[in-house]
Amino acid sequence: MAKTPSARSASSKRSPAPKASAADNKTPLDILQTEFEKDRRFKADADTLLHLYEQMLLIRRFEEKAGQLYGLGYIGGFCHLYIGQEAVAIGLQSAAEPGKDSVITGYRDHGHMLAYGIDPNIIMAELTGRQAGISHGKGGSMHMFSTEHKFFGGHGIVGAQVSLGGGLAFAHKYNEDGGLCIAYFGDGAANQGQVYETMNMAALWDLPIVFVVENNQYAMGTAVKRSSAETEFHKRGAAFRIPGMDVDGMDVLEVRQAAEVAFKYVREGNGPVLLECNTYRYRGHSMSDPAKYRTREEVQDMREKHDPIEHAKADLLKLGVEEDKLKEMDKAIRARIAEAADFAENSPEPEPSELYTDVLVEEY
Amino acid sequence: MAIELKMPALSPTMEEGTLAKWLVKEGDTVSSGDVLAEIETDKATMEFESIDEGVVGKILVAEGTEEVKVGTVIAILATDGEDVSDAAPAPAPAPAESEEKAEDPADPLPVSAPEAKPRVADPEIPAGTNMVTLTVREALRDAMAEEMRLDERVFVMGEEVAEYQGAYKVTQGLLDEFGAKRVIDTPITEYGFAGIGAGAAMGGLRPVVEFMTFNFAMQAMDHLINSAAKTNYMSGGQMRCPVVFRGPNGAASRVGAQHSQNYAPWYASVPGLIVIAPYDASDCKGLLKAAIRSEDPVIFLENELVYGEKFEVAQLDDHVLPIGKARIMREGADVTIVSYSIAVGIALKAAEELAGEGIDAEVIDLRTIRPLDKEAVLESLAKTNRVVIAEEGWPTCSVASEIVALCMEEGFDHLDAPVTRVCNEDVPLPYAANLEKLALIDKDKVIAAVKKVCYR
Repeated sequence: MAKTPSARSASSKRSPAPKASAADNKTPLDILQTEFEKDRRFKADADTLLHLYEQMLLIRRFEEKAGQLYGLGYIGGFCHLYIGQEAVAIGLQSAAEPGKDSVITGYRDHGHMLAYGIDPNIIMAELTGRQAGISHGKGGSMHMFSTEHKFFGGHGIVGAQVSLGGGLAFAHKYNEDGGLCIAYFGDGAANQGQVYETMNMAALWDLPIVFVVENNQYAMGTAVKRSSAETEFHKRGAAFRIPGMDVDGMDVLEVRQAAEVAFKYVREGNGPVLLECNTYRYRGHSMSDPAKYRTREEVQDMREKHDPIEHAKADLLKLGVEEDKLKEMDKAIRARIAEAADFAENSPEPEPSELYTDVLVEEY
Repeated sequence: MAIELKMPALSPTMEEGTLAKWLVKEGDTVSSGDVLAEIETDKATMEFESIDEGVVGKILVAEGTEEVKVGTVIAILATDGEDVSDAAPAPAPAPAESEEKAEDPADPLPVSAPEAKPRVADPEIPAGTNMVTLTVREALRDAMAEEMRLDERVFVMGEEVAEYQGAYKVTQGLLDEFGAKRVIDTPITEYGFAGIGAGAAMGGLRPVVEFMTFNFAMQAMDHLINSAAKTNYMSGGQMRCPVVFRGPNGAASRVGAQHSQNYAPWYASVPGLIVIAPYDASDCKGLLKAAIRSEDPVIFLENELVYGEKFEVAQLDDHVLPIGKARIMREGADVTIVSYSIAVGIALKAAEELAGEGIDAEVIDLRTIRPLDKEAVLESLAKTNRVVIAEEGWPTCSVASEIVALCMEEGFDHLDAPVTRVCNEDVPLPYAANLEKLALIDKDKVIAAVKKVCYR
C-alpha cells in the first residue's frame, strides 16, 4: 500500500527525541552494549548490596522450601523452581518500581513475585492450593497475579507473556503514565513466532518494553545449541532495529547496571530493548525432570563457581560486612520461609462454592 | 534439631518409588544441593537433593527397596552435632493430599452452579422515538464511535482499520474522528496483536480488536482462549481482560473453504468468554456497545453478507442491549425456529412462506450464544412443542447440537416431535457456485424440516 504523507500519519509516529531513535534506522544496534561496557557493574554501597543479597536469598530459601513441600505432597502438578537465576529478577526489578512498572513472565514465576515484594505467605499458599493463596487456589504455581504491584503473571503458555507484555507496554504509552514493561521469557520461548511479532510492533510503535531473555541454557531438556540457529539471543532484535545487551545473569550488580542503562533508554521514549541474561537453573525444568540431558559436573561447576548469591556474599565481605551478619540474615529468612510454609500448610482449602466464582466478572 | 528426610514425590503422579541408590553414607556431612540418593519414580530416575546442612545420622530405608511410599522417613539428618544413631524407622505418614483423597468418591458435588440472574428485557423504546434506516456496517461503526466518545480507554486496532478505512469499511471514518492514537493499523500478525490487545486490556484499556475475518483468528486462538478467557478465574477475580475481538464470521461468498467457517460453537464452548452473534442492525449496535462496556472478554461475531443489509434502528442517545438475552423476531404458535446471525434472515423468510401454508412459526434469535438464553428457548418450546434449529455452520458439535441437548434435558415433556437441526452440509465449503449453494443452509431446507416436525 502506498503511503501518502499527511499530517495524520506524521503525528502517528512519536516525534523524534533529541537523541537518535531506533526507528530512524540509523541508531547503531550496539549503542546500549557500548554504554554498558563502560562499566558493567552497578556501584552499590554495602547497604544496597546487602538488600539485593537478602532478596536473592529469600527467593533461594523460598524455592528450596517449595521443592520440599512438593516432595511431601503439599504442592501438586507442575512446579518450576528459580534456583540459580535469582540475580536476574532481583537485578532488574530492584531498578523498577512496583505499582508503576509492569512485570510479566512465564510459568517460572515465584522469584519475580518475591522480587516485587509480594507476601511469601500468599504465594506459598497458592502453591499448596489454599483459599488464602493469591489466586484463591484457582491458579497454582504457574498462574499468579498481583495487579496492585503491577505483576501481571504467571502465564503457562510458552511465549504468550511476551505479546501480553507488548499490550501492557502499549497501555503505559497510551496512558502516558511513565511506566515500562519488563517482559521475561526463556531461551525456549525465544523460538516462538509471537515473540518476533511483538518485537516488530513494539519497535514500530516505540513501546516502552524491555524484552528479557533469561537464557538458562536449556528449554526443558533441549540445550540452546540444539534448538537455536542463533544462540546469541541479544542479537535477535536486529531484524526490528531493537538494540541488544549481553549480560551476565549470574551477577546481580551486572544485571542491575544493565537495567539502569536499558530503563533509561526506554523511559526516554526510544522504544524497546532486548536484554539477554545468561544464567543457569540448578534444579530440573520442573519437579519431574530426570536431568539426563546435562552432567552432574556441569551443574556442580555452576553452583561452585558462578553462584549469584555466593558472588554477592564475596562482594559484601570485601565491603566489610561481617559474615555473622549474613548468617543472622539467613536465619531470619529461613524463619520467614518456615512461617510461609506453615501458613500454606495450615490454611484451609477453597470453599467448594469457589468452583463457580470468577468465571465471569459480570452477571448476564 | 534432627531433620527427617522423607521419600519425596518427584512427579505429579508419583505415590511410591524405588530407593535405587544411596549416594551418601551414615556419618557423611552434606550441604544444601548435595545429591543424597537416586530414586526411581513412575517416570524416570531422579536425584534427591538435600536442602539442609548436617550429618547423615541414620539411613532407615536400604537402597534397592521398592514400593517406598511417598512421605516415608528414609533417613535422619543430624544438625548441630547431635546423635541420632538410635532412630527407629517410622511408618509412612500419609501426605497431606492423600488423606483428602480418601473421601467417598460417590459424594455428590457439595455445591451446585449458581442460578442465572433474573432475565432482563430489552429497554423499552419510548413512543415517538425517531427510527432511522441503517446498514449493519453503519450500526457497528456508530457503536464503536459512540463508545470511543464516552470512554477514552476504548481504542480500535486491527489490519486496515485506519487508513484503508476497514477491509469491509466497518471502521470507516474512525481515524478522522479519533486519530492515530486510538485507531491503529497493525501489521498482518494476528497472534501478536491479539496478545497485545489482551495485554492492553489487562493493563486497564478497553481494546476493540478487529480480525479481518474470524478465519484469521485461528492464528491467535491461544490468546482468545488461554489469555483472555481464563485470566479472571485463574487470578481469583483479581485480573480482568475486558477486550472485544470482533469481525466477520461464517461463510462469505465464493471464497472457498479456508475463508468460510462459523466459529460460534468453538468459542461458545469456552467458560470465561462472552460470545455474541447478532443479526440485524439494531442488535449489532446495541450489543456491540454492551460488549465494549463489559468487564469480560467478548467474541463478537459479525457476518459479511449482512453488512450491507438495511434495518430500522431507534435513534436513541444510548442504545445498549442486554447481553445473554434472546429476541423473539416473530411470534408463532405451531413451531419454534431457533437461530442466530445470518440464518435468522433465512428463518424469517421460511416462516413467512410457511404462514402461507398454514404453519405459524415462531422465530427466536439467540443473539448471545454464551451465556445462552435457555429460558427463551424452553418457554417457546413449551408453547409450540416443536423445535427446529437453523444454523449457518456445520452440524457436528454445533450450537444446534447444544439446543437439542437443552430441549432433551430440560424440555422433554413438552416435545411432540424430535428436535431437528438444519445446518450446512458436513463438508469443507466448496468454491464452485453450484456446490457452494448445495452445501449451505437455505430457506427450503428450513421449510422442509419444519414440515417434518409438524408431520405435514
